[in-house]
Amino acid sequence: MSTTTTTDARGKAPAGERVADWADGRLGIYSLAKANLRKVFPDHPSFMLGEICLYSFIIIILTGVYLTLFFHPSMNEVEYTGSYVPLQGQLMSEAFNSTMHISFDVRGGLLIRQIHHWAALVFLAGMFVHMMRVFFTGAFRKPREINWVFGFLLFVLGMFTGFTGYSLPDDLLSGTGVRFMEGAVLSVPIVGTYLSFFLFGGEFPGGDFVARFFAVHVLLLPGIMLGLVVAHLILVFYHKHTQFAGPGRTNNNVVGMPLMPVYMAKAGGFFFLVFGVIAVIAALVQINPIWSLGPYRPDQVSTGAQPDWYMGFSEGLIRAMPGWEIDFAGHTLVLGVFIPLMIFPLVLVAIAVYPFIESWVTGDKREHHILDRPRNAPTRTAVGVAWITWYCVMLIGGGNDLFATHFHLSINAVTWFVRIAFFVAPVIAFVVTKRICLGLQRRDRDKVLHGRESGIIKRLPHGEFIEIHEPLSQEQLHTLTAHEQYEPVEIGPKVDEHGVERKIPASEKLRAKLSKNYYGEGHQIPKPTVEEFKEITSGHGHH
Amino acid sequence: MSSQDIPEKNLPTAQDEHGAAVAVADEENPFADPGLPPHEHRIQDIDERAAKRSERTVALLFTTSMLATIGFIASYVTIPIDQNIFVWPIGHISALNFALGMTLGVALFAIGAGAVHWARTLMSDEEIVDERHAIEATPEVKAKVIADFKQGAKESALGRRKLIRNTMFGALALFPLSGIVLLRDLGPLPGTKLRHTLWKPGKLLINQNTHEPMRPSDIAVGSLTFAQPEGLEEHDHDFQKEIAKAALMLVRIQPDNIKDKQTLEWSHEGILAYSKICTHVGCPISLYEQQTHHVLCPCHQSTFDLADGGKVIFGPAGHALPQLRIGVNDEGYLEALDDFEEPVGPAFWERG
Amino acid sequence: MKKLSARRRHPLAAVVVLLLALACTGGLYAVFAPADKAQAEETSQSLAIDEGKKLYSVGCASCHGTGGQGTSDGPSLVGVGAAAVDFQVGTGRMPAQQPGAQVPKKKNIYTQAEIDQLAAYIASLGAGPAIPTAELYSPEGADIAKGGELFRTNCAQCHNFTGKGGALTHGKYAPSLEDVDPKHIYEAMQTGPQNMPSFPDTTMSEQNKKDIIGYLHAVNSDDTVEPGGLNLGGLGPVTEGLFGWIFGLGALVAVAIWVAARTAKAKKS
Repeated sequence: MSTTTTTDARGKAPAGERVADWADGRLGIYSLAKANLRKVFPDHPSFMLGEICLYSFIIIILTGVYLTLFFHPSMNEVEYTGSYVPLQGQLMSEAFNSTMHISFDVRGGLLIRQIHHWAALVFLAGMFVHMMRVFFTGAFRKPREINWVFGFLLFVLGMFTGFTGYSLPDDLLSGTGVRFMEGAVLSVPIVGTYLSFFLFGGEFPGGDFVARFFAVHVLLLPGIMLGLVVAHLILVFYHKHTQFAGPGRTNNNVVGMPLMPVYMAKAGGFFFLVFGVIAVIAALVQINPIWSLGPYRPDQVSTGAQPDWYMGFSEGLIRAMPGWEIDFAGHTLVLGVFIPLMIFPLVLVAIAVYPFIESWVTGDKREHHILDRPRNAPTRTAVGVAWITWYCVMLIGGGNDLFATHFHLSINAVTWFVRIAFFVAPVIAFVVTKRICLGLQRRDRDKVLHGRESGIIKRLPHGEFIEIHEPLSQEQLHTLTAHEQYEPVEIGPKVDEHGVERKIPASEKLRAKLSKNYYGEGHQIPKPTVEEFKEITSGHGHH
Repeated sequence: MSSQDIPEKNLPTAQDEHGAAVAVADEENPFADPGLPPHEHRIQDIDERAAKRSERTVALLFTTSMLATIGFIASYVTIPIDQNIFVWPIGHISALNFALGMTLGVALFAIGAGAVHWARTLMSDEEIVDERHAIEATPEVKAKVIADFKQGAKESALGRRKLIRNTMFGALALFPLSGIVLLRDLGPLPGTKLRHTLWKPGKLLINQNTHEPMRPSDIAVGSLTFAQPEGLEEHDHDFQKEIAKAALMLVRIQPDNIKDKQTLEWSHEGILAYSKICTHVGCPISLYEQQTHHVLCPCHQSTFDLADGGKVIFGPAGHALPQLRIGVNDEGYLEALDDFEEPVGPAFWERG
Repeated sequence: MKKLSARRRHPLAAVVVLLLALACTGGLYAVFAPADKAQAEETSQSLAIDEGKKLYSVGCASCHGTGGQGTSDGPSLVGVGAAAVDFQVGTGRMPAQQPGAQVPKKKNIYTQAEIDQLAAYIASLGAGPAIPTAELYSPEGADIAKGGELFRTNCAQCHNFTGKGGALTHGKYAPSLEDVDPKHIYEAMQTGPQNMPSFPDTTMSEQNKKDIIGYLHAVNSDDTVEPGGLNLGGLGPVTEGLFGWIFGLGALVAVAIWVAARTAKAKKS
């Protein structure tokens, strides 16, 4: 307690310090702050993507709490008597009625609803981009694999929290979405019918699902997500942030601005910026106008029935699937629905397990804190782009009707395009991306060895024109050659030490094959060596 | 999958262990890390006037925020909730939503912009270096933990007293069953509920527009009408559940154009009654093209041919749209002759 | 042709022809046509039919046949009624320019009087729905909420929840109902143009149609209030998602770039 150095004239510490002392005596905050108050965060715009997610999540929680003050999660039928004329006298569930009340009869209610929904779309989009940033820079490598999985779980849980929230107003569009979900549950072999009856408390739509979804949407999923967010942030603090290669930046340090004060101001300020931008969007742009959609009735529908964007790829899967159905022994296997239902998680898992596949192929057990430039990991980058392409093809499938009307195409043609592109487009994207990465690697190599093209053309005495190449600074040379390059793994000796033929496990063969496709000749451009550099630069200057 | 699997030489050369040590450019390695470049000053660091300007900008932003918040409160109090304004180019929008959103947005954005501008121009921008520390424990620590654990395990006698261990695992494995059993009352068992609808012999077809029964002469060729069973009212407790199965669409096709014999037999003089519920996942399907006799589902584009037994001709639906047998009663009104022969809506395991 | 019809046009002809066209549906609107005028009407009706026939043989006969009996290029027009003609020609769909999945609406090249003459001629080929009176399709007196329910039951599946249009099979589509004349909406419901099914008065009463038009007027017109702001085409989550990505996340990324960017350094002197 007597460690204070700043005491005023009467020998008493300032009030703030006394509060801190009080807290330290109970929480040990000084020890905690010692390591963290000047904790360093590197500056890069792409490192802010995670913050966009965190802040939109906080905005969603704040606005969501407000909405629960007015929302009635009940499916009792009531007659609308609010102020929106085109629905007066219509029968609707209390859930819809109270959402109408929030939108038209609570001052600011519509704004909060719109902020909530816009923030949800931005939250999911932010997570998607953040995840891709982590993927393409290899930030998922040891020691951050667990945090990658946490982030992935947050994305998936965010999708389902979004879906349950979208279903709560019980409007014509969301009801159609819930009906789709019911059909999907029914398609599950053996237990599907039972699951559906348990989920809806009987036959669809029943009178229970809004209340049940409400509990899931406001309590269960956000609770888990909050825990994961906290764990995610603790790990970010604990691992310290990654950084791009550069002068003075090594695998063993982190260079940037201190948390106190710069990052507190920047990150704290960024929260307000995100909130401000979303509030302005909510002031100007309408989202989910349930009054136009009308209350849900299972016998009514509107064309353009789509889920929010993050569920769009599942919609695309189901729209593109052919209608396979097998009847046997008095049972029906609804493959037309069940196969997409199974591919849906696989699409997500495909990207989630990638880090573990890569670390198996490289066999690298070291920590990595320096980020890769995407070009320097051509196969990984190509896999990522192929996955995004795959995802986008499915998104197009999910909006096939709007593609058809707005680009004057046949909806059947769009569907057939999606069916074919589902298999073909990722392959093309993979090949093209890899070639682009290799091209960029070659350019980097040329830049290192021959310098930067200055754009200045010089005529030599004998008449030849050459472009002057400016040599790079040492900072640039270092940055461009800082990345690591692996050698492909080879299958061990065919015979063991006794000369007996060794049985090579299939997994080892597979790994050798994959490794060759990652790091073999033609799959990465060897970075220039010091010898090459010296030979070129010492010879005849820059040519 | 231990690290011995990969020969050391295949891994990239050992990483730089220098930390932030500033390596001077050397003849030996032109690619060596030259270390952090020297810090350069911003205008605000060397020119007090520029710093003052920044200070004023930040203060202005914070003041803007205060004014915007006052504007928010003023808008809340003064603007009636039902007042609309025209904002070019958006159109007619709620004045209150616009005013509240803009003032709130500006109030928040200005705080953020002020803080960030302050950080960017007035706080030190000298980069500092933090060393990383190994996450893995040292061998000594690891050995201590393992020894402690072994000691504890031994003291628990769990390894020796198998009976305790086995019964404990049994108990732990069984008790979650209670939780699963408790979920049983989430809903009733399906039974044959999905197989039946409200339709039965003699039920009149009630027009959903006029809420009147219909005569065959009311249904013109090329027209589309939606019907529900007699006796079902929108106010009924189970209306949603019943209409989800019983919703019907009525079309009339010239008998010559009906390709399927049974389709024609089940119709009344070319008036066909089909379930409105898609056999894919249950969307109300009714995008009827009267010239092609195709009906399209707006959700997933399953397409059915109503002139040919409601057969699927495109899209993800797996079986034909169920047709309801209809006829005319003594008073000349359209009536159902039976319930649907097969379950309506999406397929399920027990459908068969 | 145009000259000829223009010369013969009486100042009141348009009104009279309109009434006549109504009368020929079977006297449904006979109350509007006083008996003492019947003789004069009959004369001018046959006049209009003659004029219509001439217009027909120039603009329509190549596809629909010289007597409206239809050919392989166009359906028979016997019994389609005046309302169908008024809709098809009045919205510019007919005469069609080229075959395709669907005949789109385009600029109408006929005057209303000419359309009425054409309609009178087609109506003379066989009884069909007449051109509705303004009273029938005016949004006034409509029960908007009831209209909304009817719209969601009968129309939204193709035309979207506020009539923004949607896709049908093989390149066909349900057009947007924005800025469509209420009369044409009424006629479309009555006659079922192209692949649209018809909703005749026997199954969808006149009041039902009026309610639907009233609802559309409330939710899809220039005066429609979109309380939340820009409606993004009223197409639902697809455009909302696109906006969220491009402008929502886009704006935030732009802000992030500003936050993380290096502050300008003082120039070295």
